[in-house]
Amino acid sequence: MIWGVVFFPGSNCDRDCVHALRSVVGHTVVEVWHEDQSLDGIDALVLPGGFSYGDYLRSGAIAATAPVMRAVRELAARGAPVLGICNGFQILTEAGLLPGTLLHNASLRFRCHPAWVRVESDRTPFTAGLRPGTVLRMPVAHGEGAYFAPPAEVAALEDAGRVVFRYCDPHGRVTPAANPNGSVAGIAGVSSDSGNVVGLMPHPERASEALLGSIDGRRLFESVIGALVGAG
Amino acid sequence: MTRAAAVDTAALTGLPVSDYREICRRLGRDPNPVEARMYGVMWSEHCGYKHSRATLRRLPTSSPRVLTGPGENAGVVSIGRGWALAFKMESHNHPSAVDPYNGAATGVGGIIRDILAMGARPVALLNSLRFGPLDDPRARRLCSGVVAGIAGYGNAVGVPTVGGELLTAACYRDNPLVNVACLGLVRVDRVARSAAEGSGSAVLYAGARTGRDGIGGAAFASTELDEGRAQADRASVQMGDPFTGKLLIEATLEALATGAVTAIQDMGAAGLTCALSEMAARGRVGMAIDLDRVPLREAGMRPEEILLSESQERMLLVVRAEEVERAAAAYRRWGLAAEVIGQVTADPRLRVTAGGRTIVDLPPETLADAPIYDPPSAVPAGLEARWRLDPAAVPAPDPLEALLLLLRHPDVASKRGIYEQYDHMVGVRTVTPPGADAAVLRLITAPPLGLALTSDGNGRWCASDPRRGSALSVIEAAANLACAGAEPLAVTDCLNFGSPERPEVFWTFRETIEGIAEACEALGVPVIGGNVSFYNEAEGGEGHGRAVFPTPVVAMVGLLDDVTRAGRMGFAREGDPIVLLGAPGGTLGASLYQHAFQDEVRGRPSDPELELSARAIACVREAVRSGLVSSVHDASDGGIAVALAESCVAGGMGASVTLPDGPVAEVWFGEGPARFVASLPPERLDALSELACRNGVPVHVLGHAGGPALHLAQAGSAGAADPIELPLAQLTEAWEGLEV
Repeated sequence: MIWGVVFFPGSNCDRDCVHALRSVVGHTVVEVWHEDQSLDGIDALVLPGGFSYGDYLRSGAIAATAPVMRAVRELAARGAPVLGICNGFQILTEAGLLPGTLLHNASLRFRCHPAWVRVESDRTPFTAGLRPGTVLRMPVAHGEGAYFAPPAEVAALEDAGRVVFRYCDPHGRVTPAANPNGSVAGIAGVSSDSGNVVGLMPHPERASEALLGSIDGRRLFESVIGALVGAG
Repeated sequence: MTRAAAVDTAALTGLPVSDYREICRRLGRDPNPVEARMYGVMWSEHCGYKHSRATLRRLPTSSPRVLTGPGENAGVVSIGRGWALAFKMESHNHPSAVDPYNGAATGVGGIIRDILAMGARPVALLNSLRFGPLDDPRARRLCSGVVAGIAGYGNAVGVPTVGGELLTAACYRDNPLVNVACLGLVRVDRVARSAAEGSGSAVLYAGARTGRDGIGGAAFASTELDEGRAQADRASVQMGDPFTGKLLIEATLEALATGAVTAIQDMGAAGLTCALSEMAARGRVGMAIDLDRVPLREAGMRPEEILLSESQERMLLVVRAEEVERAAAAYRRWGLAAEVIGQVTADPRLRVTAGGRTIVDLPPETLADAPIYDPPSAVPAGLEARWRLDPAAVPAPDPLEALLLLLRHPDVASKRGIYEQYDHMVGVRTVTPPGADAAVLRLITAPPLGLALTSDGNGRWCASDPRRGSALSVIEAAANLACAGAEPLAVTDCLNFGSPERPEVFWTFRETIEGIAEACEALGVPVIGGNVSFYNEAEGGEGHGRAVFPTPVVAMVGLLDDVTRAGRMGFAREGDPIVLLGAPGGTLGASLYQHAFQDEVRGRPSDPELELSARAIACVREAVRSGLVSSVHDASDGGIAVALAESCVAGGMGASVTLPDGPVAEVWFGEGPARFVASLPPERLDALSELACRNGVPVHVLGHAGGPALHLAQAGSAGAADPIELPLAQLTEAWEGLEV
């Protein structure tokens, strides 16, 4: 299968995602430039972390209007797997492809440390190979990662199984202490209604090799193969 | 020129009259006002190294691996497998004292560009910080601003901050030290140079546009801080834009990959003036520059403002004329300015025109090579009297309370509250994150090789005995690398001192260089570059009048042959024997224990015992590489008791330890060179003892790891301390308690 990783000016996890997909998972990766108009031939797409366009105005706001985003919308509408990681998650919410928004961390500080999330839904291509309740260790590194949506919308997301990841402790317990940023209901990641577009704040590409402390993140990428084969 | 005009021009330089006479002698005339201001910044201490250059020649700078030593934008050392590293440390003390966020942020941006100028991709940052006591409002304000600035720039620019240190003392209250190091990776055949070459080649300006910020910053960094001028000095602090910095990294690496670029340098201190004169002087060529072509941010800038602006995120390149569009296209693709502003000329003169008029015409080396001074030096009064210390006179609490106080001390306590504000993982190279003896990075392109990084500097030791103190700092850096299993490759240093015009400060500087040189020679490690920061003086100093402690900071990088075997500092297995490698005795002179409980530094740090220390370091490195030890941690600030506590907290388990016989405070908290607390499976004890014996390194079995608490007792006789017991939770609470 062929992955695309979008390079926005100011993205800084773009090369890390390419490394994880190409050198660790062993897939073919196309580097997509932010001005590209077409995503033809790409089976799944990653919007990486970083500070696209300096995160000026609001995080992800300028990237959401980048030339490539029209093709991203089309790809998403076709049902292809689209994953926004950290700044990529912020971009997807700014683009309206995912609900809610990401606020400043409750600490008002950038925080970078290991975190644990519980898989809440297997109805996305990135979690199709994971049992709900599975605990994954993946680091967070963000200043604006507090997920927020109005209570009614959060309830609707929960009902529809669109909360994909929730912060937890290493044993899978969802506690206030395990929530690193003040996200509502401990939400670390959500999906689109159709499930193929997923955004999350933790970094699976930083948790794809044992040498870096965790291989749990790799399971998100590997899950997509099974999902595509199953769908195909 | 009339006499009155000449006097005015001399004043424009801001330099001593003797320097001005030298300018006139070299030029054969008085400089015009624009030239005068250019000499003023290039001959400032910050750019010209007038007081330090002769002394710095003492440092060892070569090894078979060194590809580029001091004198370039950064030193470059071969790693093997076709790869090299670029490594450089710099200070941004004065800007950070005035505007902590922007001062620190632009320090990060500046050091990244130095690495980039060597053709290397920046992959890691270290920061070494000194502030006043953190319960002081001003120190606290500076600390939080500096940390936020490093985070704000480093996180966005996408270079992980993987390590560093923070130490506190009253002398740094008004003059904090903000030293930042950057490491980059470059293929051996792609190392860039700064010497301009090729008559007719294009001089290409690239990056951000030029504005009025930071004019005269280098000169500002070369005087003492004056609180009354803080508002006026704010204009001397540059503003950084990490987004543009990130674009500059990617665009510059693409431009260099075209092969069209023959020379490159960043525009940092003294801006265009520095880059033009240094690149031309190093290449023994001239340049003809048209200022009208420089991309500007605002209209109406005067020629001298354009020449002296320290606007950030700019590079100057020399490109073969026929290929200049290829290099420029790389910058434009990333949305950056790229304009040809002139040509290299065979005639070795720097000629600058503006509005069709020649405004500068001089030999570039007269700007780039500032005069070298031979300042007087004098032993500080009362030095040897301060070496006398009666350990019994240190008003310390009992050992249990003292241990907890030292664990809470900002110099010792976990810096988690700081390093978690830094993205220390971006780049997916970070194998050992901040918080250990040394950070460890893997080399993605050359597995299983890895690099270990550390920075160390101890102003207390150097305030007492600069020669011993600086040598001990080098030893400590190498010891930290040994704990990771790394062999030292290179040192870059940042030398922070008061005014070199005071003989006792200059004596201290010379002694410091001697100590660094001796220790680096003993370890066989070259110094490949660095930075000198003089005039770190303000109200609030201690010990040396108004100056900060003499504070050399040593950043050291080392090579791991197998990164999967990197050492760990935390105890790993219940029941593992714990051993002390190295001499058991320590000294309280100028130790953290002494200074924490007495207001001034007293006593003398221990002899660095360079030969024994080098053997102990080699022994530990071998023990880690061969997998003999489960954990190893060097005993530094706070001595063996603190090292044991740290290994307990890091490993999440207690330990039962009996320290050797001897005076309690010295044995528990005394400091000495190259001493390590290690743990290992019992069946490997013989092998470790044999390794240590072969290296002539003392080994003492102290006890074993495990259990819910740290039990500390002392062997022997009279005067030994009562045993203490500290639950792991209490140790952790103390060590993790630092709030910043």
